[in-house]
Amino acid sequence: MDGEADGSLAVSEDSGPGRRRKVHGMLKLYYGLNEEGKAPEQQESLDPCDINGPHFDPEHYLNKLRRECSLAELMDQETCMVKQIRSLDSDMQTLVYENYNKFISATDTIRKMKNDFKKMEDEMDRLSANMSTITEFSACISGTLQDQHAQITKLSGVHTLLRKLQFLFELPARLNKCLEMQAYAQAVNSHRRARCVLQQYSHLPSFKGIQDDCHAIMEKLAQELRQKFRDGGSSAKDLSECVELLLQLDEPAEELCDKFLSHARSRLESDLQGLEAEIKPYPSASAVKDASARTSSSAVAAVSPTDKSPKTSALPSPTSNTDILEFIDRGCNEFVSSLCLVITSYQELFVTHAQTGELASKNIPQMANGKLHAFVNDLAARYFSLVERRIQEEKGVGDNSLLVRALDRFHRRLQAVAKLLPGSDVPNKGTEIVIRAATERVKQYLSALQSFYMDSLTDVRQALATPRLSVTGSSVAGGGALLGGSVSSRDAPTSLPELLSSLSASILNQIKSVLASVHLFTAKDITFSNKPYFKGEFCSQGVRESLVVSFIKFVCQSSRQFCESAGDKGGSTPPALLLLLSRLCLDYETSTISYILTLTDEQFLVQHHSPVTPVTTLCAEAREAAQKLLNHYVKVQGLIISQMLRKSVETRDWVNTIEPRNVRAVMKRVVEDTTSIDVQVGLLYEEGVRKAHSSDSSKRTFSVYSSSRQQARYAASYTPSAPMDTNLLSNIHKLFSERIDIFSSVEFNKVSVMTGIIKISLKTFLECVRLRTFGRYGLQQIQVDCHYLQMYLWRFVSDENLVHFLLDEIVGSSAHRCLDPAPMEQSVIEVICERG
Amino acid sequence: MEDDAPVIYGLEFQARALTAQTAETDAIRFLVGTQSLKFDNQIHIIDFDDENNIINKNVLLHQAGEIWHIGASPADKAVLTTCYNKSESHCFLLSLAPFTASLFIMFLSPSDSRVVSCAAVWRMPSDWETGSHESPDDSAHNPQALELLCRLDDSTHGNAACVLWEPMGDGKRVISLADNHALLWDLQESSTQATASSTASLEGKGQLKFTSGKWSPHHNCSQLATANDTAIRGWDLRTMSQIYCIENAHGLLVRDLDFNPNRQYYLASCGDDCKVKFWDVRNVQEPVKTLEEHSHWVWSVRYNHSHDQLVLTASSDSRLILSNMVSISSEPFGHLVDDEELSEGEDNHQDDKSKEPLKDSVVSTYEEHEDSVYAAEWSSADPWLFASLSYDGRLVINRVPRALKYRILL
Repeated sequence: MDGEADGSLAVSEDSGPGRRRKVHGMLKLYYGLNEEGKAPEQQESLDPCDINGPHFDPEHYLNKLRRECSLAELMDQETCMVKQIRSLDSDMQTLVYENYNKFISATDTIRKMKNDFKKMEDEMDRLSANMSTITEFSACISGTLQDQHAQITKLSGVHTLLRKLQFLFELPARLNKCLEMQAYAQAVNSHRRARCVLQQYSHLPSFKGIQDDCHAIMEKLAQELRQKFRDGGSSAKDLSECVELLLQLDEPAEELCDKFLSHARSRLESDLQGLEAEIKPYPSASAVKDASARTSSSAVAAVSPTDKSPKTSALPSPTSNTDILEFIDRGCNEFVSSLCLVITSYQELFVTHAQTGELASKNIPQMANGKLHAFVNDLAARYFSLVERRIQEEKGVGDNSLLVRALDRFHRRLQAVAKLLPGSDVPNKGTEIVIRAATERVKQYLSALQSFYMDSLTDVRQALATPRLSVTGSSVAGGGALLGGSVSSRDAPTSLPELLSSLSASILNQIKSVLASVHLFTAKDITFSNKPYFKGEFCSQGVRESLVVSFIKFVCQSSRQFCESAGDKGGSTPPALLLLLSRLCLDYETSTISYILTLTDEQFLVQHHSPVTPVTTLCAEAREAAQKLLNHYVKVQGLIISQMLRKSVETRDWVNTIEPRNVRAVMKRVVEDTTSIDVQVGLLYEEGVRKAHSSDSSKRTFSVYSSSRQQARYAASYTPSAPMDTNLLSNIHKLFSERIDIFSSVEFNKVSVMTGIIKISLKTFLECVRLRTFGRYGLQQIQVDCHYLQMYLWRFVSDENLVHFLLDEIVGSSAHRCLDPAPMEQSVIEVICERG
Repeated sequence: MEDDAPVIYGLEFQARALTAQTAETDAIRFLVGTQSLKFDNQIHIIDFDDENNIINKNVLLHQAGEIWHIGASPADKAVLTTCYNKSESHCFLLSLAPFTASLFIMFLSPSDSRVVSCAAVWRMPSDWETGSHESPDDSAHNPQALELLCRLDDSTHGNAACVLWEPMGDGKRVISLADNHALLWDLQESSTQATASSTASLEGKGQLKFTSGKWSPHHNCSQLATANDTAIRGWDLRTMSQIYCIENAHGLLVRDLDFNPNRQYYLASCGDDCKVKFWDVRNVQEPVKTLEEHSHWVWSVRYNHSHDQLVLTASSDSRLILSNMVSISSEPFGHLVDDEELSEGEDNHQDDKSKEPLKDSVVSTYEEHEDSVYAAEWSSADPWLFASLSYDGRLVINRVPRALKYRILL
């Protein structure tokens, strides 16, 4: 009830037209009509209290109101209802009025229509009367004209026949005339028109004569056409016209195809010969030499990667007729474009054209297509072989952009052929050539890199060989200042770190520039770069594996070779180079390899479809190489010092020697060398850890061979059966000291390297001493020497006890080998050593 | 299958010279020569009782000087050669005036005191064996001296480095290597007289000196191999001329050589470059095989007499290494060579070898020594037993591991 009141309130608030509609709506609702004018079934309310429902029971409603509402509410309800009734009344009046007006006007219209129809009916009657009279007249006229019409038709038929006959009779003359005027097309056209008729009436002698004449003429014409076709001097258009006519003259299509193709072939072959002429001079021996010279010269050019303009690379080779871009250009413009032209016109003539004509039934298009494919494949193969020969001559690595551009053009032009000849494998073969060229290029770059690496090593070697006394050297040599300035002059090359950094930088630069050059192959604007090969395999297998990884492997390999070849007497490799390479390999292991590979992967977006060498493998290899080189360095340096010591021991007569007054010069030399090696290693390797040493290391006396114990040792009585060693002390000492591996692996730091070298040297000293016999002064000299060595060598090694132990052994052994073991006083030894 | 523990014997002097008693094929017996400058040197005869794992030893005096090399006659058990040093003037003075020795030494002019290397053939006293059995203590206190048979000295040819007996010969021929000469001696009158029948000498720049040598048991004992500096040379004894030369066989000094007892062209060498190399003397450019197991100079290399895949090397890194060189051995390892397969030819053999899972390998490393090991020898009686001698006088007797032994035998 409330909602209804609300609704009515809302109605009263609505504006004019809206309200009207609403009112209509309500009325419709009341009469049980929905929008479509149908009685809604579900909406019917059965509530007797619904004032709008059809089952409204006033009595019931009133009772309900009276029962439920208060007086005030009832009053309100009443006013509301009165208001609603009033508004409904006025609505009803308006509607009744409107409908009445409409009804009046409708009645008027109907009346007017009735009048009009009556007038129209009369006119229609008149019209039908007129029509019937016209029909009568027309029938009459046609009846009179019938005879004449038949006659005219007959006459005109005779006339056409006569015209045709006349054409036939005139045909030979006309054909002759056409032949004279070389209007072959017209002649063929005329003959074709007459041919059927002549064929049909050939049993009549007169027609027979005409036919024969025509045949003879057409034979001549065909002959002439063939001649023209064979001459080949004519343009492609003429040629195609020729072929068309001949085809119409029932010339066998196969023969024509062959002729056409052979004609085209001769022209294309002249193109090919032109191309071949350009690369002809190369296969001769001198040219090969030139080519190699050119290779080297352009390899030199590659060193400066900025210098890449094709002109400069073309300049140093005056023998080469054209560069590859020109060559390919010429090939494209002459051969490929005329090939395309041939294909187009051929297809037009024999394939497209024939498909429309009557020839289609004879499988001519298939036959023609087959011939064309064979033809194109044959010629393309020859063209490709030429291109490949030319590409192979392109050995210089400097002008890669030129090659890439040439290949791109080559590839792009072949796409045209692909479009014209969809089934052909020519473009695939072209792509293969491009791929082969690219792989070849990568190989060339690899070898260029390798030779660059070897060249830079040679440079480094030379730099190491030329002694330089630069400022850096003396300042760095400050570490070895304990021996004065004697260090810088020996083979500690002054700028070892500089050499290392310049070497690694130049290698890295070279790799980068090579990568940049190779990257051209995958540039976006190059047509073949989106081939799957160049997207995947070229990047991963070609560039990453066979260029970058191979190069890194080569570096490690060649480094290792330095160790292997130089087995004899230190070998020819300067030790500094070994050290330098070792550091280089170590740097590669720590950073450079991963950097290069990351760079490659980023530049080429390598997607690893196939397994590739992981960084760790390469790093392990580099580390192994570094280790080997460093071990070898230790060995070589150790052997150099060993050799000095050995010579000094072997060449001296130790029995008859004078009392020692000085440290022998060779010992000073050993210490000097060791110091300079220390400086050299210190330039490239970190210090490393050493065991803490006592403060008085240099002052230490020999524990085993001190004078107090000496008595006990040599007083050991001669007891032949005693299964005990007499030199118990020395053996107990050995028992507790660890076994020393002399030629063992070293760590990547200075101390470890120096320890290795000193170990080797002292062990050699020991073994040599044991092979000699000493006099008293010989022993004393060894004592002095060993003390001197001890004073200086302990500081280089990780564990000074090692030096002490070995020196003890040396002195002990020489005492054993001494005919008259009378050791020198420790204080005297010290004085002598102090004096230098 | 426990392997027997090594047996260790200590000498009281330093020692370098070790040999097996070649003529003795029943008892396991080694001879060791000592090096002492001050006392009388000795030759220890070491008998090893295999069953009880006990060493019996006898000592003979070698008063001539310290022993650098020792060789046992292949024919006569009692005959041996030594190379020894004697310091002439010094010994002389000591014996002359022991009480005023120091005084005299003071007055020694440098030219007077001299150490010379000599070589001699000795005979052991006939009763050394019985004496030792009766009272070992007694013999120890009062050792018998060796009986000098003859000296292999020739004043014109300098210091002897080693003396080689003719392998498997009748004990009548020896070769001594002295400085740059190789001398072939004929021993006559039961070895009491030696005449140098022929010599060969090394010509070249500088002071060339033989360091070691080996008489080849092949080719009717007509070949000799010597080492000097880094080169190995082969000599034909009939003409005393060089037949091959391996220049730079080792990066540094070549220390020792040995011939493969079964393959006539195969030769092993070792040297200061820590390597052991195996050569086919028909191709001297490249070694057939190289071992690099030692960490210091290798002083001795020995093929096992019967199973030539077993190679023993001794080094101054105090280690002894037994290697199993299957690939260059005369008997394909672990492969029973029966007649059928032999008849099938070379290719088949190659195939079998490639199928062979076992490769050349180090069998074991013996670390019983604490000083440089200068000599190692296989026993002549027991092919599975060997001795090694380190500078501090320690002799160690070891056996081939049983597992390997059975693999080779079965």
